Formats: sequence, structure tokens, C-alpha cells
Amino acid sequence: MKAFLILEDGTVFEGTHFGADKEIISEIVFNTSMAGYLEVLTDPSYAGQAVCMTYPLIGNYGVCYEDMESRKAWPDGFIVRELSKIPSNFRCDCSLQDFLTEQGVPGIAGIDTRQLTRILREKGTMNGCITTNENYNLDELIPKMKAYTTGKVVEKVTCDKKYTVSGSKDLSENGPVSGMAVFDKASYEAGKREMRPSMVTALNGKGLKVALMDFGAKKNIITSLAQRGCDVTVYPANTPASEILADNPDGIMLSNGPGDPKDCGPIIDEVRKLYESDVTIFAICLGHQLMALATGADTHKLKYGHRGGNHPVKDLSNGRVYISSQNHGYVVDTDNLSSDIAVPAFINVNDGTNEGLKYTGKNIFTVQFHPEACPGPQDSGYLFDRFIKMMKKEEI
Amino acid sequence: MPKNQNVHRVMVIGSGPIVIGQAAEFDYAGTQACRSLKEEGVEVILVNSNPATIMTDKNIADKVYIEPLTVPVLEQIIEKEKPDSILPTLGGQAGLNLGMELEESGFLKAHNVTLLGTTAETIRNAEGRQEFKDLMERIGEPVAASKVVTNVKDGIDFTNTIGYPVVLRPAYTLGGSGGGIAHNQAELEEILENGLRLSRVGEVLVERCIAGWKEIEYEVMRDSAGNVITVCNMENIDPVGVHTGDSIVVAPSQTLSDKEYQMLRSSALKIISELKITGGCNVQFALHPTSFEYCVIEVNPRVSRSSALASKATGYPIAKVAAKIALGFTLDEIKNAITKKTYASFEPTLDYCVVKMPRLPFDKFITAKRTLTTQMKATGEVMSICNNFEGALMKAIRSLEQHVDCLRSYDFSALSADELKSRLTVVDDQRIWVIAEALRKGISYDEIHDITKIDLWFIDKINTIVEMESALEEVKSGKALDKELLSQAKRIEFPDNVIARLTGMKEDDILALRRKEGITPVYKIVDTCAAEFDAETPYYYSVYGGENEARETSGKKKVLVLGSGPIRIGQGVEFDYCSVHATWAFAKAGYETIIVNNNPETVSTDFDIADKLYFEPLTNEDVEAIVDIEKPDGAVVQFGGQTAIKLTEHLMKIGVPILGTKAEDVDAAEDRELFDEILQQTGIPRAAGGTVYTAEEAKAVANRLGYPVLVRPSYVLGGQGMQIATSDEEIEIFMEIINRIAQDHPILVDKYLQGKEIEVDAVCDGTDILIPGIMEHIERTGIHSGDSISVYPAPTIGKLIKDKIAEYTRRLAKALHVKGMINIQFIAIDEDVYVIEVNPRSSRTVPYISKVTGIPIVDLATEVILGKTIRELGYEPGLQPESPYYAIKMPVFSFEKIRGAEISLGPEMKSTGECLGISKSYHEALYKAFLGAGVELPKHKQMIITVKDADKGEAIAVAKRFEKLGYIIYATRSTAKALTEAGVKARKVNKISQESPTVMDLILGHKIDLVIDTPTQGRDKTRDGFLIRRNAIETGVYCITAMDTANALAKALENAVAEESLSLVDIASI
Repeated sequence: MKAFLILEDGTVFEGTHFGADKEIISEIVFNTSMAGYLEVLTDPSYAGQAVCMTYPLIGNYGVCYEDMESRKAWPDGFIVRELSKIPSNFRCDCSLQDFLTEQGVPGIAGIDTRQLTRILREKGTMNGCITTNENYNLDELIPKMKAYTTGKVVEKVTCDKKYTVSGSKDLSENGPVSGMAVFDKASYEAGKREMRPSMVTALNGKGLKVALMDFGAKKNIITSLAQRGCDVTVYPANTPASEILADNPDGIMLSNGPGDPKDCGPIIDEVRKLYESDVTIFAICLGHQLMALATGADTHKLKYGHRGGNHPVKDLSNGRVYISSQNHGYVVDTDNLSSDIAVPAFINVNDGTNEGLKYTGKNIFTVQFHPEACPGPQDSGYLFDRFIKMMKKEEI
Repeated sequence: MPKNQNVHRVMVIGSGPIVIGQAAEFDYAGTQACRSLKEEGVEVILVNSNPATIMTDKNIADKVYIEPLTVPVLEQIIEKEKPDSILPTLGGQAGLNLGMELEESGFLKAHNVTLLGTTAETIRNAEGRQEFKDLMERIGEPVAASKVVTNVKDGIDFTNTIGYPVVLRPAYTLGGSGGGIAHNQAELEEILENGLRLSRVGEVLVERCIAGWKEIEYEVMRDSAGNVITVCNMENIDPVGVHTGDSIVVAPSQTLSDKEYQMLRSSALKIISELKITGGCNVQFALHPTSFEYCVIEVNPRVSRSSALASKATGYPIAKVAAKIALGFTLDEIKNAITKKTYASFEPTLDYCVVKMPRLPFDKFITAKRTLTTQMKATGEVMSICNNFEGALMKAIRSLEQHVDCLRSYDFSALSADELKSRLTVVDDQRIWVIAEALRKGISYDEIHDITKIDLWFIDKINTIVEMESALEEVKSGKALDKELLSQAKRIEFPDNVIARLTGMKEDDILALRRKEGITPVYKIVDTCAAEFDAETPYYYSVYGGENEARETSGKKKVLVLGSGPIRIGQGVEFDYCSVHATWAFAKAGYETIIVNNNPETVSTDFDIADKLYFEPLTNEDVEAIVDIEKPDGAVVQFGGQTAIKLTEHLMKIGVPILGTKAEDVDAAEDRELFDEILQQTGIPRAAGGTVYTAEEAKAVANRLGYPVLVRPSYVLGGQGMQIATSDEEIEIFMEIINRIAQDHPILVDKYLQGKEIEVDAVCDGTDILIPGIMEHIERTGIHSGDSISVYPAPTIGKLIKDKIAEYTRRLAKALHVKGMINIQFIAIDEDVYVIEVNPRSSRTVPYISKVTGIPIVDLATEVILGKTIRELGYEPGLQPESPYYAIKMPVFSFEKIRGAEISLGPEMKSTGECLGISKSYHEALYKAFLGAGVELPKHKQMIITVKDADKGEAIAVAKRFEKLGYIIYATRSTAKALTEAGVKARKVNKISQESPTVMDLILGHKIDLVIDTPTQGRDKTRDGFLIRRNAIETGVYCITAMDTANALAKALENAVAEESLSLVDIASI
């Protein structure tokens, strides 16, 4: 079946339909990761957006449920150059086509994704529509597309109620440490698939209680802490600060999440209260932006965002550069940032934008990128160890 | 960190002659790195024995030594030039080993020379087997378990701890003989017992078998601050068991999920960090196909073939960045030269798919085994880019120039399904064609996967191509070739000629239909960042469908420079040298330059050589599509070897002016009748001959001329298929071999003349000619010029002959209306000069003769093509004064890599590379040339002589010379008899079939320096000679198959100079 991707500037791409059969209007963004489409699809930060993968061959290894970063697929639509006819991987549970159909996400394949990327790069992120209706009416669609905003999307992606994930008591619970996996023929033939390896080599967080504010948290944030031994309690986004503080956590983690941080008014007020407590805080992506807004800084929308697994960020504390996984359309404006409140801790080597803050006189640090990776490089996973040290009041 | 202020003079070690496994990629990396160093104001002292390289040009380095790459020579250069640092990681394994030897002996320290980039300790940790294993264990990175055992029991015990199957590798046996894979204890006992017996030291390595696992490579970079990035990962379609150089490789990996991708990426970064490498590094992994288990196979702490491929695949210049890192810069300080916006610390991301295919030499070595193993056999490779895998594979196939253009090019249709299944177990260069046939015969994906272990995803892609073939074939039975089908076929890069064959239509009609329907390719940019940033460097590949990004260009005149495709025997790096120089010369003359090439190993495909680079197959259709977009003012074909020449006719047909010599004149040189006419007009003699198509005609001509005769196809390079026939029977054999490939042109049969072979390169402006020099071959006619030792200036011919040669060259160039380059081979017999062949294009000898005479031949030829005269360029026409230096070009072979290849020399070229010996003294130049080719004699002062009857007389003289040099001479029966009778103290040895000790035992005893074995005329049929030569080569014994070469070696050894006191010549000052 034919499908069309229509941009709000009137550009039309004709391709082939796959996935769920429905028409959507959404914000169109591109991601440059070469692998990890499933992690992208299940990252709640993409709620309210339709994602274009710049790598042209997608679906090659199918879908492995274990790798989902949340309970479902969030993007409104999925745009690829070519969808693999067959999935090939030993852990594959189903094909990407079937997964998207089941998840209710419409997709379009066979379009010039590079051209789309160039348009978004030149003109900035735009809204668009994916439809299978060959008789679409641009005059009707364009005003609708222009009117679209992601809105208060955090509410949609956060968990319903508080829950706790216990930390690992023993390293063996994490599965093999990366590099130590050994093929077990008997259990493979019995249909058992090996657990994916863990990057964690020490239970340095054993006994620590972490409160995670779920603005659309990726599963691997929880896993990264739990595999280090932390007990992680996950709170819905609208939980009052007082309730979290009453549970006496050793540290608070503010998660990633979708949308414009300025749409999160009431949450920002609660984050301010967390800031004023003396609890150790680590924040990622939306959490980083919310903490900045809560403490008087500003955020603005990037022309076309950073979405991919190859962005270099520099840790200003030691000058080292790490390749990071990124997914953000907004960025903290450091121009009006008072050094009494916070100082930049990371910057993006490419465009110099802020990638992290260290809060003055507080046990708080926040990053714009994704140390939990999934998809993308695991290089900045050390930041979870830094958070643990901060909770334990150790030198970092 | 800013640039290290202590680095001012850097010595760069090149990789030496091109051999299998160490090819043009090091010229690419070295050239890029030298330019990068000079950019930072560092003086570069370059040492490389290979004269065909661009890196040995005086505009690339400040001081250039084309000298043998040995420790004493390097020490002497260090003493003379006093560099403050040395960069050994650009010259492949050869360069790295030399750097390590200099470091370990304490020489560098004593002369205050710093090893730049990676430290010696790092290199030891990465290269030493045990050190590497220990380090990996320490940092928790797995390697395949292995143990050296000396008895069967230990082998069984160890295998019980690691599990079956295991690979058994006996130490010190020929080409791995006696080894194998054991799947159970019975097999283990059998192979191990045999292996222990065969091993000279009674040792066998027992190693866990990881054959069939996925082979994945990562190219990683690290700077001195410890920042690490991945440039690229690559997946081998052929699982572990085939050398990555011989595998079909795809970038990025296709079948890894993010979890596997990141697991291996993190491992590669951990390894480069633990090794403390500063610069680039290649890490190879074996990944279990159905689990997360993996092993580190190997680490290369230097630029490599894979790093060149990764650079071209991503646009990230690894060698350039590695050089900057060596100077102390960090990744976040080095600008990405493609985007000019991002930094070198940005990891490239691809929005296309890259396929690399090896160029294997089995068309040259028809007796060799085609199987692919862990020993690399490819001489070169091609790379292609597309936005789908099928398209990239189809483009790569037709880039190979091996008469293949689709998955039907090798025909296995006669095999039954069962036969195909057993054929699939053979791992050779035709495997994907066999898979395609298996799919046609309905063999399931799973069955094919079970046999080959090739991932299902790749098998499915091959099937897409097979399905398209059938869909197109249906057109024959009346189905219409509609727009949809045609666009789908083009999307996966079916060339028009293949579509025409499958549909039964005419190629022109397909093109017309495509144009009518608007199915034409568009060009996309390789930009390192998947379009996230605007790229400044126009580096293009074609796809069907979508937006065209090839940019509008300046009002300058445009020239299309056609490259020379994959490196193969007969068409090597020399032609890339010529293409690059022509491009630079056109740019200097104000032209916009466009290069088309498909070879990832070369300088010409570096992103900043031409104004525009099209990474595309060099076929009529692919080039025409570029012409349609670019509309060049002209194309130049005379620098790209036979690959470019073959495109001439089509370029003219589509209205592209050929700059320089016209196509019809090129034809006149190749077409027997036209050329004979020219010779008659100009009064130049040649050997009598005729043109034929069939064996019958050939025999008739041969008998008319009288044997021996030379038989060869026309329009080939490197004398492919050329043979000396001495009988009707041989004619039949040779004609059969030549006609295995359909011949578009007649076959030539000439009377074979024996004399001195002379070679000339010249530039002609239409009126005057310029001859930089005359080269003389040490071997008499009958051995291909590329395999002969070539001496400039010609040492044994007098003025009369030289004048005659200059005059004949002038007449021929004029008669052929040459504008630009011409290469001619002559035979001189006494006072007579005959012409052998004329090539109105650049040749293999151009780089070396340019360097030694200081005359920039390619630049002059380009200027002439653009209308300048030789006089206007400041040269007096005619033969130029002789240089005060002798330059001797020595061929270098890779026979030990190709099992079963016949090594004896003849009219068909077999060498893969060359080195140069240069000196004011002829003898020293000769000695240096042998030394540069790795002939470091004497060692044990023992040799074997076994020659055919015709050579016995000359053998006596040679034997006497070696006897005088202190050699003990062994000879087989009849040779020994002849030598003894002539007073040489030859010791008789038994033939292989006789009782021990035989000639073979002598060779295998590792006490022989040299074997002189001249095979009987024509093709050697005696198994003895072939076995002696193969075994000599495989045990590293120097083997000579022509008496002239033997005399030259004797002369070199008689005049040997201590290596420490060789004279050194800085080419840059000539």
C-alpha cells in the first residue's frame, strides 16, 4: 500500500506503508544511530514525535522484547528507507513490521530519508503527516500540521503508580559481565536465550535507596542503578516532592522524558523543592532541563535537535571527551546562568551547547545526554558510579 | 593538548614493495600522513624502497630515500638526517617491525630519536602472542583458548577443558600442512599424531575452533589524553575462517543489534585504552552467531588495509588524524576535514551501505587453489557504496573487472541440488555465485546457512537479486518491462547490459526506456554524519531514486580523470600514481578535476585529491551516468591503465572528447593490421606474425613462422594469457586457455626473438618527443617486462642503438599522433632494433623514471595534452641526458601466498610489486635492488642448481661465479654432470622420487640460500621442477628461474658492500 509523508511546508514523499494503518500528525525528527531502532521506538522521549532513521536498512535483526526501553512503542510514526524482509538474530522475537502493527504505530518505507534529513537540517524540525490516503488535501492538512504541538506529553508516558525495583544482591543476577558470556548449547537448543551481558562490574550501590522521578524514564536508567545494587523506587511524574522526600531516599534521579520542558510547570515547582532539600540528585535529559528551569535558567529549542549515538561531549572537570547517546530537541541556555547556582560540567564538542551542569554548593549534577545508552555508546556509564559516590559522600 | 614543540624532523617508514597483504593502502595512508605532518610545519624524511608510490614524491616529503628497508640502511639515514622522531605506524607490518628493531637495539635512544605515536611497549603488548594473551586475560577480554602441546595426551587433556572442535596447527610445517580441525577424540588423535611427526620441532598448537563465527572489525582511535572513538565497524559476510582481506565485507555491521554492536565497541575501546595506543588501531572479533560470546582475534596497532577501507567507507581520514595525534593534538582539537564543522572526536555515522570485495589473482595463477583460508591471497580490492546492500554488492561485482557483472557470471546451473550442497562446502571466491544458484534450485535459506554459516540476512539479500533475475527473465516470455520493474532492478543496481541479457532486449533500448521514464541515478554525498551537518567535500556515490546532491560547479573547464580500479598483477599502484599526478597537473592548469575510481586503497580516492570524487564502478554505464550529470569538457584515459583505455570507445560514442591521443590511434597500436601498416610506413621492423582466432589458424601461423612463437590476446595488460609456444601441442593448450574467456579481439601469434629487451617511456606533443631515458632489462626477451630487472640508464647498448631507439620512438609517436604518453618495448639484437609493442598511454615504469631523472613525466604529458609544446615547457626534444645515477627496478613476487602457483617466469606477468636500487655505481645499485627485494645473501652459502639442457652452458659460468663467492653447489643428476665436467665442484643430489636425501630434503633443511631452476621451454610439466620451486618459495628460499637473473645476482654479490656503508641518495634533491 502506498503511503505519504507530508511536511508542513508542503513537501510530499511517496513511499510504502507498513505497521499500523492510521493517519497521524506529529513532529518529524531524525535519528542518526546505525543500530538500536527498537530502543529508539521504545524511548518515551519520542512521544509526540515521528522518527526518521537516517541509516537506510532497518529491521535487520527484528525485535527482541528484552531490549525494549519501556512498556511500549511511543513515536506516532516511523520513517525508514528500507525495511528488512526477514529479521535475523538469535534473540529475535518478531519482525519490526509485526511489532509496529501490534503497537499501533504507522510507518512509511522507501522514501529518500537523506533528503528528508537535509530538509529538516536546513529548515529546522517540522511537523508532518503520515497517511495512506491518496486523496489527501494539502489545504486542509497544512493548517492542522502547523497547529500541532507535543503538549503535556509527560503525563502520557509516566507510570501510573509508584513501584520499586530491588537492587542486585549478587553480580550473577545481572547476567554475564560483558566479555564473559559463554554459549551454552544445551540451553540454546532448549529454546533458552542467553541474558544480555552487563557492563556493571561492582555492586557499589548496594544498600542505597534511589528515588527515580519518571518523566518517561528509559528502562536502562533503572537497570544501570539496580545492577549496581541500588534499590530504585520509581514515582509518577506528578508526585509531590514532599512524598518523595518523606521516603528518605539516599539519592534522587530525575529521568529523561518527552516534550518542551516549559510545558511541565507544576513539575518544575516540585523539582525546585527537591533542589532545596539536601538530597543528592542526578538528572538526565528532560530532568536536567527541568532542574535548570527550576533554578532560574532558561531553555530553548534547537533547530533540529541532537538525536543519535555519535555526539562528543567534553567533561569539563578533566577535559576528556566521551561519545554519547543523545535525544533532545531543547537545550539549557547557559547565557543567563549564575555561577552561584550552577556551572557547566559538560559541553558538546560540535556546537558548544550545554551538555551538563554542576550545581554550586549542592550535591547535584545533571546531564543533557544519556549515560544509560540504549541505544548508543556506553562510554558515559561511569556517571552512575559518580552518582553512587555522591550518595555515599565519597570523593569524586 | 597543542602540538608537541619538540617535533621538527620526522622520519616516516614506508611499507616497501607491494606484496599480497601489504599493498597500495600504505601509500594512501603514508601520503595522507606526510601531508598532514607538513601541514603542521614538520619536516618529513621518508624512506621507502617502492618507487611506484606517491609518498616517495618530492612534494610529499622533504627528503626522500628510495632505499632498501633494512635496519643498517635506516640507521645510516638517521645518522645522516638526524630526525628528532620516527613514525613507524604508517608502513604496515614491515614498517612497524623496523621501527621496533631500531627501538629495541637502543639505536633510537642513542641518537635522541623519539618513537612517535604508539610506544614500543604497546606494540609489544599488541603484537607478541603471549603478551597479548596475558593482557587480554588481565583486562577480562576473551581470546580463543590455545595451548602448545608436544604429545597426544596433553592435546586430549587440553581439548577436554575447552571442548570440541579444535584447530590443530603444527609448528614449522609447510603452509600449515599436517594441521586440521578435529571434531572428536578420534580425529584429534589422528591429526595430532600426524602433526607432531611432521613438525620440525615436534610441537602442535591446539586452539579452540571459532570457524563459522561472525567476524566483526572495529577501527578505533585514541589520543594522548586518552580520548577514544570508533571510526567504523565492519562485518565480514564470510564467517571466521577466511582472511578479512579475502572476505566480502560490509560496513557498517548489518546483523548486530545495538546490544552486540555496543558490547564489541566497548571492548574495542577498552583494548585500545589498555594498550595505550596513540593513533589508530584495528580490533578483530569473532562473535558467536547465537550468543553474546565473543573472542578477540587480533589487534593491529597501526594503520592497516582495514583502516584504509574504513576511511574510504566513512570519509574519516584515519591516517591524517593519526599523524596529528602523533604530534600531540587531541581528537577534540582536530577539525573533521569533510564537514569542517565537527571535530575528529565525532564518530562517523553512515546513511548508506558499503561493500568491499577482494580482487583475487586466480585469473593469473590458473594452477593455484582457489580456496580461501586465513592466508590472504587478494592482490587488491574494490569498494562500492549504495543505500541498499544488494545494490552495493552488484556494484562491487562489476567493479572487479574479472568478466563478472551479476550473480550469473559464473555458471553453476549444471549442478544438481545435491551437487550444489556439496559445492557450498568449498570456501572459495565463487561462493556467492554458488549460493545464488542454490537459491535458484530451491535450496532453503536454513540449509545454505547451515553449510556456509553465512548469516540469513545476507542470504536473503542474495535471494532478492536472484528473484529480480527471474522477474526480468519473464519479459522474455511476454511480460512487459514496466516502469515499476525497471526501477526496482535499477534500485538494486542491475546494470543495463545484464537487464538486456535477462530480458532479451537491447541495451540501448533499456537506456532509452530508462530515460523516458526518468529512471536515472542521483548522487549522494559521503559526509561522515548522515546529513546532520552540511559537508564541504564533494565525495559522491550513486543511488536510484531521490534527490540529487551533485553540486552545480564553477565556470571552470572540467576534466574527467578515469582511475585504474582494483590493484591486480599487471596493473598496480603505478597507475594510481599517474592518475593522481595528472589530476594535480590539470588542477594547476586551472581545470576542475573529477576522479572516478572504485579502489579504496589508493591515493586517488582520497577525499581531497580531485575537486570531485565519484566512488563508482568503472563501466561504460556508470561513467556515462556521471558524464550526464557533470558534462565534462573532456576525459583523460591515458593514465588509468587498461581499465580507463577500455572506456575510451564509449566515451567517444557519448560525445566526450578524449584529451590527448585519440581513440583511433590507440586502436592502431593494438590492431595488428593497422599497426603493421604504420610500421611499414615508418620503416620499423618487428618480429613476423599474424592474427588468429582459432587453434587451427594459430598452428598454421606458427608453422609458417617456425617455433618458438609468442601467443597472446590483444588489449590486455601485464601480458595476461601470453605464452611462448614451442609445439603445436602447446599452441592448442594456450589457445584453449585464452579462449576460455570470450575474446572481442583477435589473438596474436608472433615469431619469438631472443635479444636484449629495451623499454622507453616518452612524451609526444604531436611534433616533438621527449624521452626521459632508455631502460634495459637484465633478462632477455621472453620474460614479461614487469617481471624483469630494469636498468636505467641502459648499460650495455651503444650510442648507435640508443639513437635508433630514440628515432624509432619519434617516428612511432608521430605516426600514431600521440599527444601525451607513449610506452614502447624493443628488442635489440646486435645492431638491429625491433619493436615488440607500443602502448600509447602511461606505463608501469613512469613513476620510477620520473623520480630518478627528475623529469615530471605525467605533469609534462598533461601540459602537452592541454596544448603546450615540449619546447614551451623548457625541454629540448629528444633523448634527455643520462642521469649520473643508476636506478634498477627489481620485481617482487608474492608466490608464497598463492599455494599451487607456478613461479617460473615467462611472458605473463606475475610480480605484485617492485623496489628500486639507486646509486652512482651500477653494481651497488644492483646490490641495493636485490636487498630491497628481500634477497639478503649470503646466509649459509649453499645453493642448488637444476637447469634445462639449453642452459647448461650458461649454468657452468654462473656456478663458477658462485663457487668463487664461497658457495657449496648442489645439483641434480644431469646438471651435476655438466658442472663437474666443466670443473665445478658440484655435489650431486637425488631427485625427489629417488631415495633420501633428495633435493627436497636439502630445501626443507633450511640451509639453502638459493635455488636456480630453469624450467624446460614453455610450460613445465615435470612434477619435480614444480615441486622444487614451490617448496623453495614456501620455505623462504630465493628461487631464480632465468639465467640472466642468476648472473645479475652473482654480480651483485661479487660487488657487495657492507650494508652500513651503502651510499644514500636523496631523491628529492635530484
